[in-house]
Amino acid sequence: MATLIHRELSASGLRFWVPLLAVGAAIAVGFAAFVHMETNGHFVTGMDNQVVWGIPHVVAVFFIVAASGALNVASVASVFGRVAYKPHAPLSALVALALLAGGLVILAADLGRPDRLVVAMTHFNFKSIFALNMFLYSGFFAIVGAYLWFMMERRMNRFSGAAGLAAFVWRIVLTTGTGSIFGFLVAREAFDSALLGPSFVVYSLAYGTALFLVALDLAWRWDGRAPEAETLARLGRLLAILVAASLYMTAAFHLTKLYMTRYHGIEAFLLAQGGIYTALFWLGQVGVGGVLPLVLLYSPRTGATRGGVIAAAVLVALGGLAQMYVTIVGAQAWPQPIFPGWQESSTFFDGEIHAYAPSAAEIALSLGGVALAAALIAVGLKVLCFLPDPCTASSSPPPTSPPARPR
Amino acid sequence: MNDPGRRGFLGTAAAALAGIAIAPGIRLIDLAGARPPELAASGKVRWGLLIDTAKCATGCTDCVTACNTEHGLQDTGRPRTDAQWIRKIDLKDLRSGRQHSAPVMCQHCAEPPCVDVCPTGASFKRADGIVLVDKHTCIGCRYCVMACPYKARSFIHENLTGQKPEVPRGKGTVEGCTLCVHKIDRGDGNTACAEACKAAGHEAIVFGDLNDPQSAVSRRLREIPSRQLRGDLRLDTGVRYSGV
Repeated sequence: MATLIHRELSASGLRFWVPLLAVGAAIAVGFAAFVHMETNGHFVTGMDNQVVWGIPHVVAVFFIVAASGALNVASVASVFGRVAYKPHAPLSALVALALLAGGLVILAADLGRPDRLVVAMTHFNFKSIFALNMFLYSGFFAIVGAYLWFMMERRMNRFSGAAGLAAFVWRIVLTTGTGSIFGFLVAREAFDSALLGPSFVVYSLAYGTALFLVALDLAWRWDGRAPEAETLARLGRLLAILVAASLYMTAAFHLTKLYMTRYHGIEAFLLAQGGIYTALFWLGQVGVGGVLPLVLLYSPRTGATRGGVIAAAVLVALGGLAQMYVTIVGAQAWPQPIFPGWQESSTFFDGEIHAYAPSAAEIALSLGGVALAAALIAVGLKVLCFLPDPCTASSSPPPTSPPARPR
Repeated sequence: MNDPGRRGFLGTAAAALAGIAIAPGIRLIDLAGARPPELAASGKVRWGLLIDTAKCATGCTDCVTACNTEHGLQDTGRPRTDAQWIRKIDLKDLRSGRQHSAPVMCQHCAEPPCVDVCPTGASFKRADGIVLVDKHTCIGCRYCVMACPYKARSFIHENLTGQKPEVPRGKGTVEGCTLCVHKIDRGDGNTACAEACKAAGHEAIVFGDLNDPQSAVSRRLREIPSRQLRGDLRLDTGVRYSGV
């Protein structure tokens, strides 16, 4: 391969500003929702004292987990030495940083006292997996930021392999930590499993690869060209393996739960009688997010096409959101057994299945975080050299664009 | 002028007066088992409750009303988001049809999951076993609500007004039963719920020092069988239940 050259996004004028303004509007609406929630209190959301974590947490955790997986392409290039992925490694790191930032902003904006963020950064209880995760998240920014710099600055290229390895190890720990936020909650029957940490690692690889594929496709099309078919097909094959592995982890999680009699109630709820949660599990997580993408990716007619691979990636992302909804909200909908073996009822809704209907405010807040991640990627693409120059890395015809800047 | 006898007399009289002034206070503190404000809570005591469900009347909510009054908890007409520090859980054994009613509140665990998961350390356990939330460092993440096996924590979903000075509360933070820590610290020697239960003639809630073998709660615990809620989690709760 010739010397690899990256350059900025070629889109300019209205072609650049219209999408950016649309994303900016979504951020503004999200900010308004944040102000509304914080001024009035969380009673304006669908969350209550039964379901305390709702849509903001579903989207935020999905993004945080996906952030780790978005780094797959960079890891495969740097850690596992696959040169074919190298042209896309910087974009992979940018998407990872943007997803993590978007997810964390949603989480912070949903806090009861977001004005005390500085308290969260100065008071630490090191037994709390939440507190440990704060270090994992800030460490991720630092390590992936350095990794990105080493990749993009030619004089620092020699360190990019070591930084890539550090980032790879760090993100596995990060996703294990995120899964453990739930796994360590012994009080909730839907959690309380050591498998949640490893499951989140595997899920993250699939979700992150899927979101990276979508970002790659959008970025290249915005740049006025189609991504190379070979790149998409290769990433599609990787995605298929990761989706299959995710299905395996899902099966292992529920089968181990089903082995224990005390979990039969919650498993029957999630897998058979849980209404929206059962539907989201089978149709969303397993069907849309698992089986359908596998069919698309392994079908000879669609597996190697742009449409097939990108559709599969979008489906995996939607399935990921369904998985987070079932995992986070479904777990809270199921009542906690305080007197096991007894039928319970109270004014505090003990013994009942808890309903949850997200309000417009919390959906807007969550979409604001999504838009923020998109905006960070867009601005990154415009001001720094993330896109491989077509002359050096693509067989597509070069677009009309500013002269490439060697790096 | 400098008569040593007179000076000695004045000194002795001043000391005696000071003694007379302070002694009753010291004696009262001693009687009530309370500690002076400058002293930290002591690990020598472990405050706790015994709930005897055999004496708890179904339909009686005097303990709940007393708690709400004591701490200024108000009904906003939105029960799903309103805070409940103590609630009566009605229980039914599906096989036998046997029914019980029991008040449930923070169990003041020796190994509290809420304290373990709190990222800022706002959830904490005092030396005397009372589990509290520091309202200055709670960021409202609700991880403790997720972690509590007893559904004992409430998140404040809206603006509050007219809070009581001795019961700090506020929107966006998490709260729960404090075991009437303000009453304990001023030497009342009982909780609002236990007082109300006694006033109603049930005496189903007994408060006291679990470390003191002579306390009323310890004596009752020796006399009747009791257990911890979710004893399988081995949290060593400060609240024990009998009859269920």
